[in-house]
Amino acid sequence: MPYGPHTGDDRARMLAALGIDSVDRLFDDIPAHLQASELRLPPPEPELQLSVHLAALAAENRTDLASFLGAGVYRHWSPPAVDQILLRGEWYTAYTPYQPEISQGTLQSVYEYQSLMAELTGLPVVSASHYDGASATAEAALMTCRQTRRARVLVSAAVHPHYRATLRTYFGARLEVDEIPMAASGDEAGTLDLAALERLLADRDRPVAGVVAAQPNFLGLFEPMDRIGELAHAAGALFVAVVEPVSLAVLAPPGEYGADVAAGEGQPMGIPAQYGGPYLGILAATDALVRQIPGRLVGLTTDVDGRRAYVMTLRAREQDIRRDRAASNICTNQALLALAASIWLASIGPHGLRDVAAWGAQRAAELESALAAAGAFRLHPGPYLNEFAVRVPDARAVHRRLLDRGILAGLPLAAVLPDERGLEDGLLVCATELTTPDEIARFGEALHAELAASAATDGRVPVGARSR
Amino acid sequence: MGVVGERLQPSLFERSRPGRGDGKIPHPPQDALDRLPGPARRREPPALPELNEPEVVRHYVNLSQLNYAVDTGFYPLGSCTMKFNPKLNEWAARLAGFAALHPLAPDAVAQGTLRLLWELEGALAEIGGMRAVTLQPAAGAQGELTGILMIRAYHHAGGDTDRTDVLVPDSSHGTNPATATMAGLRTVTVPSAPDGGVDVDAFRAALGPRTAAVMITNPSTLGLFEERIGELLDAVHAAGALAYMDGANLNAILGRFKPGEAGFDVMHFNVHKTFSTPHGGGGPGAGPVGVGERLVPYLPEPRVLREADGSFRLERAGERATSIGRLRSFVGNTGVLVRAYAYIRAHGGTGLREVSDDAVLAANYLKHRLRDAYDLPYDRACKHEFVASAASIRRRTGIRTLDIAKRLIDHGFHPPTIYFPLIVEEGMLIEPTETESVETLDAFADALIAIAAEAQSEPQRVRDAPRHAPVRRLDETTAARQPNLRWRPSAGGVMPCPD
Ligand SMILES: Cc1ncc(COP(=O)(O)O)c(C=O)c1O
Repeated sequence: MPYGPHTGDDRARMLAALGIDSVDRLFDDIPAHLQASELRLPPPEPELQLSVHLAALAAENRTDLASFLGAGVYRHWSPPAVDQILLRGEWYTAYTPYQPEISQGTLQSVYEYQSLMAELTGLPVVSASHYDGASATAEAALMTCRQTRRARVLVSAAVHPHYRATLRTYFGARLEVDEIPMAASGDEAGTLDLAALERLLADRDRPVAGVVAAQPNFLGLFEPMDRIGELAHAAGALFVAVVEPVSLAVLAPPGEYGADVAAGEGQPMGIPAQYGGPYLGILAATDALVRQIPGRLVGLTTDVDGRRAYVMTLRAREQDIRRDRAASNICTNQALLALAASIWLASIGPHGLRDVAAWGAQRAAELESALAAAGAFRLHPGPYLNEFAVRVPDARAVHRRLLDRGILAGLPLAAVLPDERGLEDGLLVCATELTTPDEIARFGEALHAELAASAATDGRVPVGARSR
Repeated sequence: MGVVGERLQPSLFERSRPGRGDGKIPHPPQDALDRLPGPARRREPPALPELNEPEVVRHYVNLSQLNYAVDTGFYPLGSCTMKFNPKLNEWAARLAGFAALHPLAPDAVAQGTLRLLWELEGALAEIGGMRAVTLQPAAGAQGELTGILMIRAYHHAGGDTDRTDVLVPDSSHGTNPATATMAGLRTVTVPSAPDGGVDVDAFRAALGPRTAAVMITNPSTLGLFEERIGELLDAVHAAGALAYMDGANLNAILGRFKPGEAGFDVMHFNVHKTFSTPHGGGGPGAGPVGVGERLVPYLPEPRVLREADGSFRLERAGERATSIGRLRSFVGNTGVLVRAYAYIRAHGGTGLREVSDDAVLAANYLKHRLRDAYDLPYDRACKHEFVASAASIRRRTGIRTLDIAKRLIDHGFHPPTIYFPLIVEEGMLIEPTETESVETLDAFADALIAIAAEAQSEPQRVRDAPRHAPVRRLDETTAARQPNLRWRPSAGGVMPCPD
């Protein structure tokens, strides 16, 4: 065993103290007919060999592409200080701060995370992390049901499809979810259809606990959040805003437009994409919801000598105390990622955060021009921050062929929104501060070449294409 | 001497000075945001702290030193398996090929990770004796929800919609009943037998046509193997219910007991316990779920599939109509799973069995060492952890388990889990793990024995503990009565800034 300390003598000494001759005696309580068959796994790999093996597996992934893929997970620059601090064993090899006297580091960092997120969201109560944006959104929706004692939630079809799927799974057993469609045409195309929301809220027999909408939405567009909030509140429902934290440097915070709960994915705050996680579920709420919010909360207090100190608090919401009446079953959370986000924010500061958001907008505008020049135009008229959808005939095939040219051309929308009419030919693309003008030019040229090639085979001329 | 650093830190907000720390990121053109529509804009920039890098580093390094951690000392927190976290695994998860991979990248781009995940599923299925595994759940509790939702879907598919009860023993972890509620089911708590095991007769009496599932932790939260598990599983299945195994305590039985072979229908793994992925000050973890044949159709999506040509792909949304759906975004906590994979490969089957052998040997040895000083309410061979109790000490001296835990801090140790499971009076759940040396186990036993003596001779010293920690016992009542959950400038006035 590679990490065990025991020598043969050590084991013999322990066995002798117990008065037994073999460790097998300690397993005599497993009934004979229930003893395991042999564990058939590949033989142990010494670290030297294992490190080569792991590096080879990592190298089988292609991360050399010029990537315009976002769709809920965004590439951002992280100062090396962030990961170097995270690599301290005092952070990552500790656990839940059950013993506050020797966990003040974790506790203060969580309190600071809560404070940072409260600033960003404009909502005062922030839980110290959920699994990811999707489960945080589901928990937010459950909060609205507990608070209003109603059993139906409305979610915008322009919320991330994985979040909606998660919400359905969490609600499936006992609560209802209805989707608010997007406007199909006009200036509001691709954003929540307010008239449809009003109709859904008007069903008096099925009162609504909460309305869930995202800002920016999954297609990168802005929703009329204050109006959605007003409609929700007028129907006695709560309003859940799904947010992207970097954008909050420049977009109105949920607390300002009347959201009762904000949920979102914290990954953009310096957390690597790493194929899906670990990420950071953000969950923030108004004071009125402090006893409904699930997950850990850290509060400021003093010790017996009057020194400032931090401690987990309001724990009667949690599963270890409340059992079947807890606000959620969450136990292990994403504390290390909350720490990562805090260090990232502290390192780049408010000006850095604004610059990151603004660079995304800048590069995305450049991307829009380059793609238009290649013949791919936006699908929606509304403004966007750093992500938008363009129409590309036969988007999935073009996307595949662009991979061979070293371009990861965003996300073909048909793959994730198969039932949404008008998006079949859509590619969702994004830019961040890491997107370079050279990458944008390469994408434009490659797309132009692809569209020209398919036009030549079908005898069509790509709309708006110009020769370069 | 304190076991952790002593330098309390002012908050990030108090360290902030306007104008500090700018300049890491070039400024974009002035008009970059001009196209943002007015109503969507933020009027006031967020009041985030402004610091320069040296201060940020010092802040967080000093804060880190206020933490006790596995890397600094013995951390026998029962039920949490605080074993050593190999450094190779941290390195591996940070390899650019793993770390920079976007979760929606096309399968063709992600073959290395997909292969790793597919092999990990296979390894976990073999360890659990299960037919298939999903890696999606983000932690044990989410694994429980996954399992119970699958059980519910299974009953519903059979037209059996009246099964609303989930039976759990009273020693179960809080996540078990909380999970039942989240799944829309009702918890029925069954008392344990006097020997700490499941009371099979009580379970038989509670089982019936309304029982959807029984959730059992084996070894139990008392660190005991459920010797009557075979009988119990027969009774569960005879009642038409399914059996869930909470696998949090798998570290005791690797290669000795495969839940699936024994008849469990579904189980979760806590990779942040058994397979040594770090606990991260509260998380992240991952909670893969293994299922037997009956529940395979209901596994969450997406599964990782292997094609005939040997390549790998993710299942598409809606590809399997029977799936319970998604529990979260994307495929799972992949970065955590890379570490778990590395751990399993480093050990192989023989190594994993040795892990359990040594974990169980260490726990029994430590229990033996404490025999004269503490009550051992369940005094038989334990598995990887055991419960000791200070009930007699309390009766004799008034000193409680909480006091003993705090005094352990002065002796340089992280306390065990205390007052869990709830059914043990003045209980402490002690889990040494297999990566602690005999010298460490002896030193910890000596400290606990010394504290038991102090409880008699110098009780005030125990009550006043900890003395050698950056802060002493906290005012938790005020924290709960007047919650202060975020920094406001005025809060600094109330409590002096530490420096
Ligand atoms: C027995 C038991 N069950 C379930 C859980 C829940 O697992 P997690 O914390 O990963 O959600 C724990 C963990 O603390 C546990 O000890």
